[in-house]
Amino acid sequence: MNIVVCVKQVPDTAVERKLKPADSTLDRASVDGLINEIDEYAIEEGLLIAEAQREAGHDAAVTIMTMGPEKAAESIRKALSMGADQAVHLLDDGLAGSDAMSTSYALAQVLKQIGFDLVICGSESTDARMGVMAPMLAERLGVPQVSLASKLEVDGSALRIRRFSEDGYFEVESTLPAVISVVEKINEPRYPSFKGIMAAKKKPVQTMSLADAGIDPALVGLGGSATEVVDFAQRPPRQSGTIVKDEGDGGVKVAEFLAAQKFV
Amino acid sequence: MTEILVLAEHTGDDVKKVTLELITLARRFGEPSLVWIGPGAEQGQARCAEYGAARIYVAADPAIDDYVVAPAAELLAQLVREKSPVLVLVAGTPQSKEVAGRLAVKIDSGVLTDAVDLQPGDDGPVAEQSIFGGATTVHSRVRRGTPIVAVRPNAVAPEPAPGAAELSPVSLAGEVTGARVTSRVVAERGERPDLTEASIVVSGGRGTGGAEGFGVIEQLADALGAAVGASRAVTDAGWYPHQFQVGQTGKTVSPQLYMAIGISGAIQHRAGMQTSKTIVAVNKDPEAPIFELADFGVVGDLFKVVPQLLDEISKRKQL
Repeated sequence: MNIVVCVKQVPDTAVERKLKPADSTLDRASVDGLINEIDEYAIEEGLLIAEAQREAGHDAAVTIMTMGPEKAAESIRKALSMGADQAVHLLDDGLAGSDAMSTSYALAQVLKQIGFDLVICGSESTDARMGVMAPMLAERLGVPQVSLASKLEVDGSALRIRRFSEDGYFEVESTLPAVISVVEKINEPRYPSFKGIMAAKKKPVQTMSLADAGIDPALVGLGGSATEVVDFAQRPPRQSGTIVKDEGDGGVKVAEFLAAQKFV
Repeated sequence: MTEILVLAEHTGDDVKKVTLELITLARRFGEPSLVWIGPGAEQGQARCAEYGAARIYVAADPAIDDYVVAPAAELLAQLVREKSPVLVLVAGTPQSKEVAGRLAVKIDSGVLTDAVDLQPGDDGPVAEQSIFGGATTVHSRVRRGTPIVAVRPNAVAPEPAPGAAELSPVSLAGEVTGARVTSRVVAERGERPDLTEASIVVSGGRGTGGAEGFGVIEQLADALGAAVGASRAVTDAGWYPHQFQVGQTGKTVSPQLYMAIGISGAIQHRAGMQTSKTIVAVNKDPEAPIFELADFGVVGDLFKVVPQLLDEISKRKQL
């Protein structure tokens, strides 16, 4: 089974993130990049499925796919040290500033080239937070979308998941090949072992350019995107509020505030 | 008249509040047409008329609802081709955002998500988004195709306006395929309002100390007619069910009043509540980052402050 896990390198959410005034794109250079948190759960799920496949006597491989600048190679290394077998890095200056439409097009082109039985994504990234990549890939690839999974079972060519819903959950069935997205309830990602870190250094990483992947440069990057940022501003820090120490009347003070604001 | 397509969120017999918000927003741009997938359009019709929906396209075929997202996106794509709307609005909920994403690919159009406002501009609608946990405000627009915008619940207040809300049956051309829903489980929510739609949310964090301590959060929520939320620490520890998690990896809420009780306010949590209109915090640590956001905060023991607040609310109710 050929499992491809989509991984996005995102700026560390613990530090201040900014857009660049020149082109309103995310400043990725000045902050540390990490694997998008939910993508680690996607990697773990890919590894678990591959292990189960091998145990049942089938071949299985986990390929990490990422699109991003040179720096994204650090995230590829981390994913490989967790246990993935190989990686594809879509790396081309022409991709900078791609929106969701352009990104999904570019990733789908790579997936068509490398082939897949299962594509696994995290449900959303901590930077853009759109939550549309798995559905868009399913649409572009013409395969079922099995998204927002908090539980996943692969049984031959059948796939069953528990899908998050606003009011509870759905049980969903599908066939392979498919595009999956996972939420963080699905598993507990492993830490890379020392052996894994050493082994990752020898694992193959294929770098692809736009031309390699058959991507039309006119459909990606800032120019090829279907949306654009008009302007942006750092939100002024919130007007600092009133903070009081509880002197035995804290509850009364809160009630007074709520009453003044007409909440009670 | 310019037509706007609005994907309805409903409970099967009534529209959700967010749908009325979307109709209200749509009226800034033209004549709102709802797209209602599944049962209940007849029951929901009166309220949609009250808020200005011109018509409701009803796709009652259960097969559409029984498959994940794909048929809903196909139906919208079909309507976009037939009716040529100038804008498609959906609620910024996980499922509707997925529909928006697939629709964008089908009709080769730009999609914007998590809009907190939408205004007419020279080159089409301009969406306001609040990103990086609320630290940056962005205005964006769609520059190709029919703009598709997912709007956060509570972005605008629903305003009544008369509309015909004429029912118009539609059906999906072609076969329904994809991943199939085999069962649905609705979690207990009791009588409390829906978390993403509630105008008041009371959330508890690690400071509640456990499932038992979390009880005061529920009591306060009920006293205020609010929804209950929880921080990730609480849901990860199993003190409260996962579907109530507010934050980066949980739900994003934007109520009129957000009360953070025993929540330190890590970036993970702030990303899910920072656009709340008024924020009140109770925490025993004066250095807790939640106080940077709070309009009103009390540094103190929540088990002293909240019971006193409950007493005070019930006294005021009796006045």
